[in-house]
Amino acid sequence: MGAGSTVHKATPLSRRTARWFDARLGAASFARKALDKVFPDHWSFLLGELALWSLIIVLATGVYLTFFFDASTEEVVYQGSYVPLQGVEMTKAYASALDLSFDVRAGLMMRQIHHWAANVYLATTVVHLMRIYFTGAFRRPRELNWLIGVAMLILSIVNGFVGYSLLDDQLSGTGLRIAYNIAISVPVGGTWLASLFFGGDFPGPDLIERLFVIHILLLPAVIVALVGAHLALVARQRHTQFPGPGRSERNVVGERVWPTFAAKGLAVFLLTTAILSALGGLAQINPVWLYGPYRPAEVSSASQPDWYMGWLDGALRLWPGWEIRAFGFELPTPFYPSVLLPGVTFTLLALWPFLEARFTKDRREHNLLDRPRSRPLRTAFGMSTLAFYTVLFFAGASDVLAATFQTSVNGLFRTFRILLLVAPPVAGFVTYRLCREMVRRDRPGASAEATAVAPAAPDDGAARRREVAPEDAPEHDPASTAGVARR
Amino acid sequence: MSDGREPPTGEHRRAELVVAGAFVVSIVAALLLAVVYVVGGQPQLEGTFLGLALGGMGVGVAFWARCFMPSDEVTEERPELASSEDEVAAFTASFEAGEQTLARRGLLAKLGLGALGALGLAAVFPIRSLGPRPGAGLATTPFGGAGRLRLVDGEGHPIRPGDLARNQLLTAWPEGHVGAADAPTLLLQFDPGEFVPLPGREGWTVENVVAYSKLCTHTGCPVGLYQTELDLLLCPCHQSTFDVLHGAEPVFGPAARPLPQLPLDVDDQGFLIATADFSAPVGGGYWDRGRSS
Repeated sequence: MGAGSTVHKATPLSRRTARWFDARLGAASFARKALDKVFPDHWSFLLGELALWSLIIVLATGVYLTFFFDASTEEVVYQGSYVPLQGVEMTKAYASALDLSFDVRAGLMMRQIHHWAANVYLATTVVHLMRIYFTGAFRRPRELNWLIGVAMLILSIVNGFVGYSLLDDQLSGTGLRIAYNIAISVPVGGTWLASLFFGGDFPGPDLIERLFVIHILLLPAVIVALVGAHLALVARQRHTQFPGPGRSERNVVGERVWPTFAAKGLAVFLLTTAILSALGGLAQINPVWLYGPYRPAEVSSASQPDWYMGWLDGALRLWPGWEIRAFGFELPTPFYPSVLLPGVTFTLLALWPFLEARFTKDRREHNLLDRPRSRPLRTAFGMSTLAFYTVLFFAGASDVLAATFQTSVNGLFRTFRILLLVAPPVAGFVTYRLCREMVRRDRPGASAEATAVAPAAPDDGAARRREVAPEDAPEHDPASTAGVARR
Repeated sequence: MSDGREPPTGEHRRAELVVAGAFVVSIVAALLLAVVYVVGGQPQLEGTFLGLALGGMGVGVAFWARCFMPSDEVTEERPELASSEDEVAAFTASFEAGEQTLARRGLLAKLGLGALGALGLAAVFPIRSLGPRPGAGLATTPFGGAGRLRLVDGEGHPIRPGDLARNQLLTAWPEGHVGAADAPTLLLQFDPGEFVPLPGREGWTVENVVAYSKLCTHTGCPVGLYQTELDLLLCPCHQSTFDVLHGAEPVFGPAARPLPQLPLDVDDQGFLIATADFSAPVGGGYWDRGRSS
């Protein structure tokens, strides 16, 4: 007893707390494994991390905003401190967004951090997706995580749109009206879809209330669950790594999570939050008080969606006025660019790992990443896809560009329509040639190094059933094989 | 980053100073943030100090990790992901053992699944409560009601053809329905002789005034920009362009159909009235639009 209590006194409180939990959970060995986990290091692995931290900031600021925002379509007369709108009739939703911006201390900063963080979250998500694509990180065994990622991307785009549609300002109402018209453009069931979602004809009696539940409960819950699954799969399968000395398909080379990797992660989190806070305070975003309350007959020129909706807006603009009418039924114009195009886009995106595996007949496990140049076809296809959506993105700002550069909108439309057809093949061709050329220039040095450092085959190879790609991945690349043959 | 050994003392000392300095900046900024809040708040200062408070901590931790934490590379074996044959066999045995007890009461199991399915089917029906059956509302506006409704301005005042001027747009509404989402109407005046009505709509204008739905036939945005020298209406959302003097036919952009026209007349007091509803359902197209009009 006496000896026991002296030990107790010498043990710090944190240790005793840890013991208390371990006695109930038996988590010491699991926790040790987590601390010892090895994480490969490369600047591009930071992109997903940035998306994660931005999402956490979106969630944190969003919770704060819900304390003040009143998602109600009830009409009130504004009496707050923003003079130009005093005495104007508006919905409670818009009035509470104004109060949040002018009468709640630090409310405007929180609102703007929330909006900035949402934009940065989607931007880093998309760049992270590009990193995964161009390095081939989606290949076996990571197809499931690719699918989870694509699902998160779609839900996040939707939730971003729903979020800025909540405030019931002129811009958000205009966006919702477009969304309503897109819904009714769906063949056969479109008008039912729109009526059930909006609760009737546009604008619908309680649309804002519905959007609010979707924005703060439904979609965030699903997204957070998917983030959990995304990270759990990374932990289970271990992170990919670039080829290099001592690195093989069967090992992970990098820093241990504790303490260096964790400290760096914390630093990145703090710096991300710092930059988003500074943006939230200093850089104006979505100044809803300038747009005024939503009125169905009003619209301002240069109505622009948030950046991640830009490609859809561009597609809506560029798609010509082709309407198919037969037997009294019609397939309206918006259906193709705003229902069919995103449908095809996200279906192909989700299926990509499986399509590529079928095309290359490579179904082995890959833990070493490709350099984009060593897969010229994949890289070229990726670049030409990017070119397509980039043209759509800029077409979505055609009126702003026309005003900025003092040129005619009509001329810009024609230019964008031509670019949409020409830019993807050109981007793909140029990329392909560049990749081939870079591989050709790399080859003498690179192959010597690869043979010098290639580790011996694992000795338990016979016991392993999985098929792992050989260390020198590029040798399976048709392009680089051709390069070897030429030499 | 070298090999994880502590740097020599001079460098060591400098790094310590950077970390300490960053943390001090963070503390000061956090206190200033609190002061700004108490004094009444100011968005730019709040953002700056919150950014500095977090950024100071971030820089401090980053330098700490860089200079005083091990950065040596560790190699770890990747675990085998797929289970071994024995594990798979053991799982299959356990699963099949359980499955057999179910199979012995096959009918009961099927009935149980049937109960679950029936409940699932029943649970679909409440979706129907989310909104009314679509249809009539899409095809008609308040103008299509029983009476010949007057057109009124945003304040509800009736309008005479003489109130309008060339090169000016007036947004009008059906009387008693100002602000109705499906009813905004554009009134335009043209000079005698320049307007070319669509076939069958010869009598739809009155005293050189024509009325169109303000909702774009593409995605329903208000067509609010009037290019007076060309007599074109431009939609600011996707730049569909309509020719005002020729039945508002689309001449550019993604819209496929003309803006629906409203047949006009004047009542005995000389105010503008609509003699019927718009020539077609307003706004964007939908599957059975042709059947509902």
